[in-house]
Amino acid sequence: MTSHLAVLQVVTPLLAAPVVVILHNKTLGWLIATLVSLSCFIIACVLCLQIYDGNNIVYTLGGWAAPAGIEYHVDRLTAFLLIIISGLATFILIGARESIDNEISADRLYLFYTAFLLNLTGLLGVIVTGDAFNVFVFIEIASLSSYALISIGRDKRSLYAAYQYLIFGTIGASFILIAIGLMYAVTGTLNIHDLHERLAHVQDSRTLITALAFFIIGIGLKAAIWPLHIWLPDAYTYSPSIVSTFLAGTSTKVFIYVLIRFVFSIFGIEFSINELSVQYILMSVALIAIVYGSLQAIKQDSLKRLLAYSSIAQIGYMILAISLVTVAGVAAGLIHVFNHAIIKVTLFLCVANIIYFTGTDSINKLAGLGKQMPVTCGLFVIAGLSIIGVPLTAGFTSKWFLIKATIDSGYWLVIPVIVISSLMAIVYIWKVVEQIYFKEADHAHVVTNKAMPYSMYVSLFVFTAACIYFGLQTDINVGLAQLIADDLIGARP
Amino acid sequence: MIILEHINYWVVVILMMTGFYVVISHNNLVKKLIGINIFQTSIFILFISFGKVDGGTAPILSEGYQNFSAPLPHVLILTAIVVGIATTALGLALVIRINRAFNTVEDDEIKKAMSQ
Repeated sequence: MTSHLAVLQVVTPLLAAPVVVILHNKTLGWLIATLVSLSCFIIACVLCLQIYDGNNIVYTLGGWAAPAGIEYHVDRLTAFLLIIISGLATFILIGARESIDNEISADRLYLFYTAFLLNLTGLLGVIVTGDAFNVFVFIEIASLSSYALISIGRDKRSLYAAYQYLIFGTIGASFILIAIGLMYAVTGTLNIHDLHERLAHVQDSRTLITALAFFIIGIGLKAAIWPLHIWLPDAYTYSPSIVSTFLAGTSTKVFIYVLIRFVFSIFGIEFSINELSVQYILMSVALIAIVYGSLQAIKQDSLKRLLAYSSIAQIGYMILAISLVTVAGVAAGLIHVFNHAIIKVTLFLCVANIIYFTGTDSINKLAGLGKQMPVTCGLFVIAGLSIIGVPLTAGFTSKWFLIKATIDSGYWLVIPVIVISSLMAIVYIWKVVEQIYFKEADHAHVVTNKAMPYSMYVSLFVFTAACIYFGLQTDINVGLAQLIADDLIGARP
Repeated sequence: MIILEHINYWVVVILMMTGFYVVISHNNLVKKLIGINIFQTSIFILFISFGKVDGGTAPILSEGYQNFSAPLPHVLILTAIVVGIATTALGLALVIRINRAFNTVEDDEIKKAMSQ
C-alpha cells in the first residue's frame, strides 16, 4: 500500500470526480471533495517524511521502467509543493460550503465539486510526474477544469473572463508542448532525469535554444508573469470567491514549480543560466511586475481585482528570488511560494466572507464595515500586514530571506524596488482599512445574508493562524526550502 | 533543394503563424477558436515530422525491417489531439453561453457591455 502512495495522490481525486457526478448531490459532493483533499494532504505529508533524508521515491506506472514507461518521481521539491496544494485544497473546502452555495446556482453545485477535484488532480499530477509530456497533459487537465470553475458562477462577465483565460492558457500550453517536442527531437526521451543527462551532452544546439524560448513564453503565460498576465485580473475578479481563493493559492504556484523544474532540472544551470543568461530576462521582467502589480492594485476599486494585481506583484517577487540562481535565492523563492499561498488565501477568504455578507466587493461601498463584521475585518488586517511584510507575520520571513539573498548576490539596486513595492502594499491595504474602519457608513449595505454562518470562519481562522505561525516559527518551511535549493543548485556558490 | 527537404517544417511554421495571427487579429470569438485549432494542428505535424526516419517503414516489428519510424510521437499526438478537442469543445460551450448572456460573439461589443 505505502509503495503506491505516489500514484494514489493523483488517482484518488481523479476517481472521485466521476463519483461526485453520479451521486448528483451537493452535500455528498462537498464531503467527498473534502475527504479526498484531506487524504491527498495526509499522503503528501507521509511522502514528505519518507523522502526527507533524500531517498527519492521513484514509482513506475504499470511496472514499465523508465525511459520507456512513465514514472512518478517524488523528491523534496515535489513533496513541498504537494503539501502546499493539497493542504490549501483541504482547508479551503472545509469552510467553503456556505460561500459556494451562495455564489453558485443550486443545479451546478455538484459540477463545481467535480471540476474542483479534476483541478486538484491536474495540479498534483503536474508536480508528481517525472515525465515531460505527462506534465503537459496534467497542465491541460488543471487548466480545462479551471476554465470551467471560473465560468461556473452567476456573474455573466465570468464567461468572458474564462474564454480569455482559455485562449491565453491554450497558447501557453501549446508553447510548452512545442518546447517538449523540440527537446524530444534532440534527445529522444521524455523522462525528466533522462532528459537532463542527455541534454548535458548536447551543446550549441539551436533546437534547444528554441525549446527554452518557447518554454519561457509558455510558462510566462500560464504563471501570469508580467507582460503575459492580462488574463489574471478578470479571471480572479469575476469567478466565485472560493474559486478565486483556490486559484490564487495554487495554480500560479504550480506553474512556478514547472519553471523551476524545467530550468534547473531539465535544461540545467550550465545551459540556461551560464550560456543563455535567462536569469537577466526573468529578473528584469520580475522587477517590472513588482512595481506594475502594486501600482495597479492601488488604483482598483474592486477588492478582488486589487488582490489579483497584488498577486501579479507577488509572483514578481518569486521570479526575482529564483532569478538570483543562488541557494539562498531559490530558497527565498520557495519560502515565498509557501507564504504567499497562505497569505493570499487568507485575504481572499476574507473577501469571500465580505461578499457573502454585503453582496459586493467594491471598496467604496464597504464604509464602516469594521463595526458590522469585526472578526473578518480584523483578520483581513492581520493578513494585510502579512502581505506588506510586517515582522511577526509570514510575509516578513519571505521578504527577509529575499532581501538577504539579493544582498548576498550583490544586486543592491534591486532592494529599493522591493522597499518601494512594500510601501505601495501599505497604500493598497490602507485604502481598504480606511474604508472599513475610519469612514462612517453613509448608506446601508446591500445585505444579502444577515447572519454569518460559523463554518465560514473555520478556514479563515486556520489560515490566519498559519500566517502568524509561519512568521514566528520558520523551521518547517525555511528548513525544507533550503534543503530543496541545495538539491537544485548543489555546490554552486 | 534545402527548402524542399524541410517542407514539413515550412508548413508547420506557416500554419502556426496563420493560426496565431487569426487568434490575435479576429474579433469574432468563434474565429479565434478556429485560429487556436490551426495553431494546434501545426504542432501535431511538427511532432509527426520528428518521428519520421528517412527510408523507415511503419513501426511494426518484423524480420527484415530494421529501419522504422519512431512510434512515440504518434502516441503523444493522439493524446494531444484529445486535449485539443476538449479545449475546442469547452471553448465553443463558453461561446454559446457568452452569446446567450451578451447577445453577441464580437470581442469589442462584449468588452463594451462589460465596462458598463
